[in-house]
Amino acid sequence: MQTTIRQRFENIDYLDIALWVLRIVIIVAVLWGTVATILDNPYSTEQWLDFLIFGLAQGSLYALIALGYTLVYGVLLMINFAHGEFFMAGIFTATVFVAIPLDASGFTDRHPIWALLVIAVVAIATSMGIAVLTERVAYRPLRRAPRLVPLITAIGASFFWQYFFRGLYGSGITAFPDVALLKGSWTILGLEILKSQVVVIVASVLMLIGLYIFVMRTRMGKAMRAVSEDKDVAALMGIDVDRVIMITFAVGAAMAGAAGVLYALMYRQVHFFMGFFPGLKAFTAAVLGGIGSVPGAALGGLLLGLFESVGPCLFLEGLGITSPYQLKDVIAFTMLVLVLLVRPQGIMGERLAEKKA
Amino acid sequence: MPMLEVDNIHTYYGNIQALKGISLTVEEGEIVTLIGANGAGKSTTLWTIAGLLKPRQGKVFLEGEDLAGYKAHEIVYKGVALVPEGRRIFAKLTVAENLDMGAYHRSDRAGIAEDLERAFTLFPRLKERRSQVAGTLSGGEQQMLSTARALMARPRLMLLDEPSMGLAPVLVENFFETIQEINRDGTTILLVEQNAHMALQVAQRGYVLETGAIMLSDTADGLRQNPMVQKAYLGME
Repeated sequence: MQTTIRQRFENIDYLDIALWVLRIVIIVAVLWGTVATILDNPYSTEQWLDFLIFGLAQGSLYALIALGYTLVYGVLLMINFAHGEFFMAGIFTATVFVAIPLDASGFTDRHPIWALLVIAVVAIATSMGIAVLTERVAYRPLRRAPRLVPLITAIGASFFWQYFFRGLYGSGITAFPDVALLKGSWTILGLEILKSQVVVIVASVLMLIGLYIFVMRTRMGKAMRAVSEDKDVAALMGIDVDRVIMITFAVGAAMAGAAGVLYALMYRQVHFFMGFFPGLKAFTAAVLGGIGSVPGAALGGLLLGLFESVGPCLFLEGLGITSPYQLKDVIAFTMLVLVLLVRPQGIMGERLAEKKA
Repeated sequence: MPMLEVDNIHTYYGNIQALKGISLTVEEGEIVTLIGANGAGKSTTLWTIAGLLKPRQGKVFLEGEDLAGYKAHEIVYKGVALVPEGRRIFAKLTVAENLDMGAYHRSDRAGIAEDLERAFTLFPRLKERRSQVAGTLSGGEQQMLSTARALMARPRLMLLDEPSMGLAPVLVENFFETIQEINRDGTTILLVEQNAHMALQVAQRGYVLETGAIMLSDTADGLRQNPMVQKAYLGME
């Protein structure tokens, strides 16, 4: 009798216990904080709705950027850490060469829609160009190398582009000119919503739907899915695999370029380091949603944005933590860890084990 | 001029030599089979012809044209389709999407529609399951899909790699009849098989591969009568 009990104790892994205790502590803290916040009720309904809409806007930006990570991972099983820089390169270039001159000449005030279109086209084209160049020069030669090699290269490419554009446009924060058309707010269903946030949400949702249709319905989209399953056999179908991979990078970068424009409309500033945190968050969103899955990236991005904006006040305010919004990143990454503990493949991802190496 | 001429190819995986000077020819309209044990180099030969592996030495000619400068996807445009070992269908795509991929490089809509009809006539099961995700098909159906997908390229030369592997015996017989039908419709076939018995029934000629080299080449009848082939590949004493 005694020996079996002792054996049972010996079989317990103390790390497992510690992890379970940690999970329970986190869940209890979240619940405790939520209940306390609701009882205490420090915010009005309108404030909560503001958090919600800000979260949706932020989340749809994450979703757009996350698509680039997920598409590239889908075809190459590679994490393209330079993707945040594609996002930065487009809007930084468009701000310096298009947005500021157009604003100074008064064109933006006279034809705001045209101005925004030109800015978007230049930003998207620059992002795509940088992405295609990076793929061709830095990634393609390493296609058959061990997987750590392209990963390190991607980190190197990320730094390269950051400091390249720092050298080109300077290290300061550049103000993105205000567009008068998008100042102020609209009242929608009795809610006052910032115009820029409406534009961000609507534009992102349209692009997410557009991309989904592209991947599922078009010939090129099908070829991308074929390449992501089996490159050799895709070549046997007459698919030019190198070209499909290049287009995958370009499409992901186009989304990042568009996200850059929306980011500038929302935050009204650009700088050489602006790609780093959104890139990291979008990567988190892609993993959260299930990397490799397009709907997963969209869902992961929106969830992450919502948790970041609503989470701190909802979970932490009630615990008596002051200025909880400072801790939004803690919330975001805690959520990532919690989801991955339960579903390592992400919310909509497939099991990684069955993927080819 | 032969449809396919393989001239003394040496193919390596890294530093390991898989083919040690393979030469063979396939005439237009023929069914030719390559038989041999596991690891003899049969699949490697097909992959080298299809351009997925490049020979370190030797050349592959398609109707007299040297294929050395072409990538795998360009060799498809020239009329060569490979049905790979283990089917290798796109499991997450639907049956219809898999067939679309087979015709990826073509733009003649009418011709593609015609070939789709033909594929569905040869393999009616695929028509029933056209909108199903291909990963959910049975092994036999996946083999049909893999073959139909290659036909969608309207190839002049079809390379079949172990099509009977893992099929139920009833299906094997059916499948070889279909191969003969495809051949009668004008497609030249190079068939790699472990089931030498079936292969030598449908083929006109055959080559026997051993450890990366051709040991024997003869008509199918000649190989069937050969005591060495009977002993090693047909299971007769």
